[in-house]
Amino acid sequence: MDKIKMQLNCPMPQLDFEVITLGHGSGGILTNKLLETGVFKLLENPLLNQKHDGAVFELKGQLAFSTDSYVISPIFFPGGNIGELAINGTVNDLAMCGAIPKYLSLSFIIEEGLTMTEFWDILVSIKYAAEKADVQIVTGDTKVVEKGKGDKIFINTSGIGQVHSKANINISNVKVGDKIIVSGNIATHGVAIMSVREGLEFETSLESDSQNLNHAVKVLLDEFGDAIHLLKDPTRGGVATVLNEVARDTYLGMELTQNYLPILEQVEGACELLGLDPLYVANEGVFMAIVAENQATDILNKLKSIPNFEDACIIGNVVAEHPKQVILNSKIGGKRVVNMLVGEQLPRIC
Amino acid sequence: MKYMSEYRSSEVVKQYVDELHKITTQPWTIMEVCGGQTHSLVKNGILDIIPKNVRMVHGPGCPVCVTPLNLIDKAVYLAEEKGVILCSYGDMIRVPGSKRSLLESKARGADVRILYSPLEAVKIAQENPNREVVFFAVGFETTAPANALSVVHARRAGVKNYSILASHVLVPPAMEAVMNDEDTLIQGFLAAGHVCTIMGISEYEPLVRKYNLPIVVTGFEPVDLLQGILMTVRQLEKGEAKLENQYSRVVRPEGNPDAIKVINEVFEVEDREWRGIGNIPLSGWEVRDELAMYDANKKFDVNIVKVPECADCIAGLVLKGIKKPFECSQFGTKCSPEKPLGAPMVSSEGACAAYYHYSNAGDLAEA
Repeated sequence: MDKIKMQLNCPMPQLDFEVITLGHGSGGILTNKLLETGVFKLLENPLLNQKHDGAVFELKGQLAFSTDSYVISPIFFPGGNIGELAINGTVNDLAMCGAIPKYLSLSFIIEEGLTMTEFWDILVSIKYAAEKADVQIVTGDTKVVEKGKGDKIFINTSGIGQVHSKANINISNVKVGDKIIVSGNIATHGVAIMSVREGLEFETSLESDSQNLNHAVKVLLDEFGDAIHLLKDPTRGGVATVLNEVARDTYLGMELTQNYLPILEQVEGACELLGLDPLYVANEGVFMAIVAENQATDILNKLKSIPNFEDACIIGNVVAEHPKQVILNSKIGGKRVVNMLVGEQLPRIC
Repeated sequence: MKYMSEYRSSEVVKQYVDELHKITTQPWTIMEVCGGQTHSLVKNGILDIIPKNVRMVHGPGCPVCVTPLNLIDKAVYLAEEKGVILCSYGDMIRVPGSKRSLLESKARGADVRILYSPLEAVKIAQENPNREVVFFAVGFETTAPANALSVVHARRAGVKNYSILASHVLVPPAMEAVMNDEDTLIQGFLAAGHVCTIMGISEYEPLVRKYNLPIVVTGFEPVDLLQGILMTVRQLEKGEAKLENQYSRVVRPEGNPDAIKVINEVFEVEDREWRGIGNIPLSGWEVRDELAMYDANKKFDVNIVKVPECADCIAGLVLKGIKKPFECSQFGTKCSPEKPLGAPMVSSEGACAAYYHYSNAGDLAEA
């Protein structure tokens, strides 16, 4: 649903304040007002409506539990905002465990001065992202810090999910011959964010790829079960970092073919201009699957049949040679090591 | 963005590589001057596919690498002690000074900002009239026009709280210094394409004649580099020494006269210290005296005691092409991008960092 439609469906309530102040985090009347007219009203569900100190519920079987904090700048970017990122991020972490995400906690640390309009936009995005991912927000917290002690808004979400009955996701299942699948174009999110960062603005129609991955993962697990050996979402640090971690932990080698890496032309161009390597740029709506060789093509075809995953590709395979290392076959026929990134990628002088 | 696919075509690359194998009859040592070229050679795996007896040596053309330690200390001092807004290109801020890098200063609360253009820094100065804004103007001839233009803009707009901490270095004197080193093995150069885009190619004629060696102005894509290497080897095999321009789609013989004009308006040539190499006569640009108010060196009292370089770092030998990064006993052990002993390990254009990122340090050490 587009942003305007979302806002029309959830108009901001008439409030007697325009910006969030320290008082909104005090636990008193202002806090109550913010919660009652905002958070509770938008995100309501039976568990949240109990307004208890925590949510009480039953869940059967094996569970997955994950947490993540979101501290991005800018908080609004082409194709999304920090709110939906915070929902999708934790939903996706659970999905990478082979779980069906169920319940989320949601905590805000707000820097005083955030406008109510901004906060409302974030809340509305959270509502829709949660609905799309089919998860409920069942508990939460709101704190306000002094101006200068935060960066507009930080969000933490934790989540619980039920592990899929056919899932057997474990790094120890990764073996020589396995194929490495990436579920869509890489580096789009990172470049979309950079395109609006202060001092760096460049014109592009790129939008973040932020989306939930749990439904697609469920489709694959339903059909292919334990042929899926490992799932990872290459967020911070990108594809290269994930593969280096897998190589390090399995003592196996990873081989990539540059020609197979799916990447939008504008993203490639922007990376080129900024001196960044797309292999290290963050993704928010992409996952990597390391899968059994004999079912790799079927898994890929199934994935490509799901809307938003049409660009999925097999980008490489697991090898016995060069243990603990990721090697890229370059477009021109050379080879190079793809190492772990040291610190942030910094733009080059010339 | 067609230039990317055309100049990365594996068929054309193969053609050049085959030709290179065919014509190479004896060992040759060629230096690519620019760090961007080093980066591309290593990143694309080109060193693996050229003949073994064509030895590429990585030159001093990494602006971050050759910026003196003392100047980084000055930048840190300005950011921390003088409370200026210190603006810099990205890869400069991780380079360790004698005490710390600008990145660490930032973490300690100094106002250090990464910019893509010095004109952005002028804007920041206009928006913050009560604060001093300093741009760390580092680079070769390539970045000089933009840095000079920022001074011109600031003067035109009457911005008084803007200055640059300039550390501009020039390529031809550095090539001469490399050739004057008695240990040099260099028989030909790939000159830096982007530098020549600004300055033109005539400054290299005297070098060709004085040292009787081929110089080929070369670009940065795989096809450019292989063509540049091929043109150089062809000359060497024939016993010729000529100045050629491989990068003619970008480099005009006369360079960019407008850019040269603005450079001359703001800068004048001076002797310059190069990190790891030492003083090279007439190898840098400093802000002209009449523009002293835009020169952070003169505007602020920054007399920082010079601290000697780390004794274990052989950056100078690497920058002059006498040693390969992996021939250094500290490479990959005591010195890595996480904890660099010297600048070539910091910048992505530095030869040591290029080898560290894209090669298997273990294999190289055995080679």
